[in-house]
Amino acid sequence: MANSIRVRAVASGDHTEVQALVQHPMDSGFVKDAQGNLIPPHHIEVVDFQHAGKTVFTALWGPAVAKDPYIKFSFKGGQKGDDLAVSWVDNKGESDSLTAKIM
Amino acid sequence: MRMIFAMAGLVLLTAAGAAQAASTQADFDAALAAANTAEKEAATLKNRWTTTEQALAAAKKAAAAGDFDTAVKDAQHAEALAKASIAQAKEQDTAWKAAVIH
Amino acid sequence: MLRVIAVSIAALWVAGAWPAAAADAINPDADFKAFRDYFTKKFPKVPLNDFVNGPYSMDAGLRKQWEAIEDFPPYDFAVDRGKQMFATPFKNGKTYGDCFANKGIGIRQNYPYFDEKSGEVITLELALNRCREANGEPPFSYVKDEMASLTAYMAFTSRGKLFDIKIPNDPRALAAYQNGEKYFYSRRGQLNFSCASCHVQSAGQHIRTEVLAPALGILAAMPIYRSEWGSMGTISRRFVTCNSQVRGVPLEPQDENYRDVEYYLSYMANGLPISGPGARP
Repeated sequence: MANSIRVRAVASGDHTEVQALVQHPMDSGFVKDAQGNLIPPHHIEVVDFQHAGKTVFTALWGPAVAKDPYIKFSFKGGQKGDDLAVSWVDNKGESDSLTAKIM
Repeated sequence: MRMIFAMAGLVLLTAAGAAQAASTQADFDAALAAANTAEKEAATLKNRWTTTEQALAAAKKAAAAGDFDTAVKDAQHAEALAKASIAQAKEQDTAWKAAVIH
Repeated sequence: MLRVIAVSIAALWVAGAWPAAAADAINPDADFKAFRDYFTKKFPKVPLNDFVNGPYSMDAGLRKQWEAIEDFPPYDFAVDRGKQMFATPFKNGKTYGDCFANKGIGIRQNYPYFDEKSGEVITLELALNRCREANGEPPFSYVKDEMASLTAYMAFTSRGKLFDIKIPNDPRALAAYQNGEKYFYSRRGQLNFSCASCHVQSAGQHIRTEVLAPALGILAAMPIYRSEWGSMGTISRRFVTCNSQVRGVPLEPQDENYRDVEYYLSYMANGLPISGPGARP
């Protein structure tokens, strides 16, 4: 199920720039469907990026983040060829993860 | 364009002038039939308006609740909107050419 | 001099040659030139090929945001899904590729075309569903999801290829072209707008918070991931929503009028590159 995460990490000098696109409905729980019933909340709660065994970035998401969220950040360190591990967990306990190589 | 303004004016007049004795189921049936006939013609011209459909729905809802005054008013409004959409389609059948980039 | 002109005009009128006859002649090439000149003159700073980027060719700030989005485009998932669908055979063992020239790769720019056998305009979406039905599969909804994924993948394989829409020398094809032109310029809905009201007269201007795309090349980026929809949408979806936005009851997707207007707009875009699939606000 690693199709839900797309990552591109590029080493640049002493830091690494990371972009990620995550496929997820990110239902806030406040929206009604065509019949007028509330669509239950279903959104990612935590996204974790790890490099060399250490967490380099944590995102705490919730109902305010829109569908198919995109994230961009940079962290100090990282070299071409290193692994970058990405994982997320949502409010229903579902999760996904992916390990990508830094370019 | 002028036709549309005239029809819009007619719609306003029709909506405002329905204050008479209480309407009945029969009054509603007649008003709805007239509105449906007009909307059917608009459909064959492939030019129905969403607001016409909304007025028809409102009319039926009011009639179901027994409020025939509102139901008749809404049905007459729907008929006027349908007729305006028919006029628009007929006018545009030739008027479109003037808008083409030359 | 004036008397000569007056006599000539009278003679032409009597002969019935003017003005009615002139107005009836369908001349796609003249239309094409006038259409193109209108937009290149109205927007002299926009390179011709940039018109296919719609609102981004009209607004610098919007363009910057778009360029950042294109780094990691939201339609990526749809393209992948489309590729997967193309690789998956139907229950009878055939594939989408078997229905199209070149196995369906790099052909999007040739659609729509006029089918002289059936006497109708065939769009890519219609062709895909007919392919499914010919192979015993149920058709997809025209407006999103699977249809959007398939057309996204096919558009992606055609990126950069130039629109090459043909109008065969067949009165039915010319009639379809003109019907599309008529649809484009006809006012509809209670708001009384035509497609031209926004995309010709008001191209580059704002409608609420949106920047209006110019009609020139407007289908080149389809299908699109529209942030407003939070999902992919096809040409069918956009036609349907445009209708309801002007308070007109939409036609059925792939209605003859929709196919004809797609034919007209695509012909007007001949020579411009496919930019799809696209991301729009």
